[in-house]
Amino acid sequence: MLKDITLGQFFPGNSAIHRLDPRTKLVMLVVYIVALFVAVSWVSYGVMAAFLILAVAISRIPPKNIVRGMKPLVIILIFTGILNVFFTEGSHVLVSFWKLKITLEGLERAFFMMIRILMLITGTFLLTYTTSPIALTDGLESLLNPLKIIKVPVHELSMMMCIALRFIPTLIEETDKIMSAQKARGADFETGKLMQRVKALIPILVPLFISAFRRADELATAMECRCYHGGEGRTKMKLLRYMRRDYLTYGVGILLLAAIITLAVFGL
Amino acid sequence: MSEAIRVEHLNYAYPGVDDTPGVAVFTDLNLTIEAGTFVAVLGSNGCGKSTLAKHFNSILLPCGGKVYVCGLDTSDEELLIRIRRNVGMVFQNPDNQIVANVVEEDVAFGPENLGVASPEIARRVELALKHVGMYEYREHAPHLLSGGQKQRIAIAGIIAMEPQCIVLDEPTAMLDPRGRKEVLDTVKKLNKDKNMTVVLITHHMDEAAQADRVVVLHKGQVAADGTPREVFSQVELLHRIGLAAPETVELCYALNQQGFRLPLDQPSIEECAQVLFNTVKT
Repeated sequence: MLKDITLGQFFPGNSAIHRLDPRTKLVMLVVYIVALFVAVSWVSYGVMAAFLILAVAISRIPPKNIVRGMKPLVIILIFTGILNVFFTEGSHVLVSFWKLKITLEGLERAFFMMIRILMLITGTFLLTYTTSPIALTDGLESLLNPLKIIKVPVHELSMMMCIALRFIPTLIEETDKIMSAQKARGADFETGKLMQRVKALIPILVPLFISAFRRADELATAMECRCYHGGEGRTKMKLLRYMRRDYLTYGVGILLLAAIITLAVFGL
Repeated sequence: MSEAIRVEHLNYAYPGVDDTPGVAVFTDLNLTIEAGTFVAVLGSNGCGKSTLAKHFNSILLPCGGKVYVCGLDTSDEELLIRIRRNVGMVFQNPDNQIVANVVEEDVAFGPENLGVASPEIARRVELALKHVGMYEYREHAPHLLSGGQKQRIAIAGIIAMEPQCIVLDEPTAMLDPRGRKEVLDTVKKLNKDKNMTVVLITHHMDEAAQADRVVVLHKGQVAADGTPREVFSQVELLHRIGLAAPETVELCYALNQQGFRLPLDQPSIEECAQVLFNTVKT
């Protein structure tokens, strides 16, 4: 049951976007998000949408998957929409009742806000769908490397992320096992009031935590045995290397940002 | 023959918690393991097998006496990395020694720590994975593999560091019979093809029977030491310290109790059958 949870959302493939350097993709996502917040008009949103649709098409991720990922966010979208419809000041009143009024400006703003959130999420999905968690960690470590100068433990953070990713399935399996063991001894997780159910989780969490600590201890010993001594003097099997397609992508990113800023300057 | 590991007058006690006194494990242990041999260390629970293994690569340091690996003193902190790259260690639970979530990345972990150049790491990873027969699984996620496969990945991770010696601390304890065979075959191949010194800590007699030499530990002392034939024929000694000889030897021993006179140094099933056949015939 718990095993079905998909980890990250990596969608293996071999499209041009899959093969991009993870650093390029991360930087592009930042550029994209900045552009999205600079965009103010129909025209600039149109440009952004065209860029996004093109990217999704190149990645060959079935749009169905992206839509499925949206589902949990529908509530936030609707909430944003409603807030913006009712709380935007404007002069073109369309409907008015009690203390609330719906204005043309409000509708327009709500629409933009919802589109912005949708595009934001789709863009992020595109990154996590096309980049394996390990590539993502590697990319992050390499991008954040300059922060080492101000004593940010970049290597340690990425190592932690890597180990966390590695142990999530193992711990999920363990949780399943503990649940079965407790059920076999008469524990009841499915009925009762909320408080009772929460209390029923304690006999799962306690053994899970104990075993997680034991694992951590053993893993630390095993890592020491394999000569782990922090990030100093460490090399990598797979070096990240920029290819022509990465430079091209950076070019496209700069163009996109420039276009959106120019449009914003002219108020479009 | 040169020495891979030398233990001299080893004295070790686990430190006590608060006011309780520490537990002494070794008082005066001496042991030498020659390079290129396959040594099995046997013993009942709590005899200090794992504690001894942890002395071989400086996880634990002796309270008294010395442990040398490849001529290096394990209590010298300067030599720590050199010692650990020369003595690789595989533990019982395969899940708790795999670091990365892709097989080849995990095998690369050791050489990466040693600062080996990238193309050389790739070469070593490929060789190590081929050696344990897991090359076709190089891009798999480790949690989807079987226990025996995971343990072979852990062994590959050690081979990739190119150590001279590999210490396995009950590597088959959590595996099913098939996984046990896979791991043991891998270890034997390692000893034969790469001439690597193998120290296998186990409590399975049939695994120990395949070694060149068997060392039996009891209460922190060497109780018996010799070839499997020599050690297993001392059935009474093994029984006294809570171990059992391989089933074939036990069978001959039980028959001897009934008045037969069978030799006890024939641990393999074929040899035992032959002995029984000859006895019945005459």
